[in-house]
Amino acid sequence: MESVLKIEHMSKKFDDLIVLEDINLSIDKGEVVVIVGSSGCGKSTLLRCINGLEDIDEGQVLLDGETVNPGNRNLTKSREKIGMVFQSYDLFPHKTILENAILAPMKVQKRSRKDAVEEAMRLLDRVGLAERKDSYPRQLSGGQKQRVAIVRALMMDPEVLLFDEVTAALDPEMVREVLDVILDLAKQKRTMLIVTHEMSFAKAIADRILFLDDGRIIEDSDPKEFFTSPATERAKRFLRTFEYEK
Amino acid sequence: MDPEIIREYIPIFTQAFILTVKIGWIGIALAFLIGVLCAFTTYFKIPVAAAAVRCYVELFRNTPLLVQLFFIYYGLPAVGIRISAEVCGAIGLGLLGGSYMTESIRSGLEAIPVIQTESALSLGMTNGQLFRDVILPQAFTISVPGIVANVIFLLKETSVFSAISLMDLMFTAKDLIGLYYNTMESLFLLVIFYVIMLLPVSLAGTLIEKKVRYRMFGD
Ligand SMILES: Nc1ncnc2c1ncn2[C@@H]1O[C@H](COP(=O)(O)OP(=O)(O)OP(=O)(O)O)[C@@H](O)[C@H]1O
Ligand SMILES: [Mg+2]
Repeated sequence: MESVLKIEHMSKKFDDLIVLEDINLSIDKGEVVVIVGSSGCGKSTLLRCINGLEDIDEGQVLLDGETVNPGNRNLTKSREKIGMVFQSYDLFPHKTILENAILAPMKVQKRSRKDAVEEAMRLLDRVGLAERKDSYPRQLSGGQKQRVAIVRALMMDPEVLLFDEVTAALDPEMVREVLDVILDLAKQKRTMLIVTHEMSFAKAIADRILFLDDGRIIEDSDPKEFFTSPATERAKRFLRTFEYEK
Repeated sequence: MDPEIIREYIPIFTQAFILTVKIGWIGIALAFLIGVLCAFTTYFKIPVAAAAVRCYVELFRNTPLLVQLFFIYYGLPAVGIRISAEVCGAIGLGLLGGSYMTESIRSGLEAIPVIQTESALSLGMTNGQLFRDVILPQAFTISVPGIVANVIFLLKETSVFSAISLMDLMFTAKDLIGLYYNTMESLFLLVIFYVIMLLPVSLAGTLIEKKVRYRMFGD
């Protein structure tokens, strides 16, 4: 398989705090990789380093063999190809749903309005929000907003999609509608790197599970294997926190 | 109150009104320009300039307009720069207003959450596109109530122009009272003309606030 995203010996510090240490990772085209780990282990930071929202201290991130981080003089070009959806709703509140979707394609890719609107409507329809195109973000529920955020990222036709706990701030009944959209993307063979706390979702969607602990990838395994017999004691303990017994 | 006297005074007050409004709005335009420049300077943390802006803002926000006008009107000629009372009024108002506008616009810019910047950047937008299409329109929405309040405040501040011998509304009223003792009529017209000057601005301000706020906040 052809590797799209490659991370080599990446380390990241915040002042004296080592947040990521010697991260090595290669993601193939069409692969869905899920990152799990306890709070504060560095999952968000890992995603943010990939698209250059954070500088890194050592190593490098490559997209299609080209350096993204560090020291890319054409960072905006690389970011076009790396879509990201955040945990907190980050739609542009002064723009309608449709305008949110077409802003970057028109400004960044210089696509015509007609062309951008056509595609936006197709994608909004696919996530069941076509009829809300003229609403403002404040008029949408959390789950709807996240679906629009996914559409907005897809509009750039990115080679890799990064999801950072996109359902963590949602009411339980809205989680499903967002995860279904992401499952649909997996069926379309989108390359994705997903951080989530939804273990059953992770099990269902992942081609590969990475377990991040204290800034290091300590397991990189097949989902079945990871969830039934994790290799490390640390992962066993982590998985136990999702089980309830009386 | 003698209606005859009021009728007689109206043209005099109208002239003073026009002068006051003209200088007032030139000053406000200047204030807005200064405010935008200074707020951007602060927002982008431009070295040295940002510190200079800070000093300017604190100096002008914490001194009365009257004192500022005295400095410009009597101070500048002392160092050989001669300007008319009208120019002095507009500049004084512009400098005072600039310090207030800077704060209103800056606080709007700084109220935009970092996530907005990050999501725009992760869509591949340049810093310019991010600022123009994402930050600025949102910041403006937040700044509007402050800007409107400043405009009203500055229009009221025009009443100190009389201290530098500008034939504004205040000066005219004082003058007429001093000369003919028609106190009631003069005060009546003074109030009326100030209300005429300010009421439309207040109403328009409320309308604009509603309109721009609606999109983002829905109230
Ligand atoms: N801007 C920052 N400055 C300093 N420290 C930071 C910064 N951002 C994150 N950290 C620290 O880095 C570590 C990793 O944070 P990160 O947000 O990547 O964790 P996470 O795995 O995403 O956690 P969560 O599951 O709670 O989202 C934490 O200890 C956090 O406090
Ligand atoms: Mg996180």
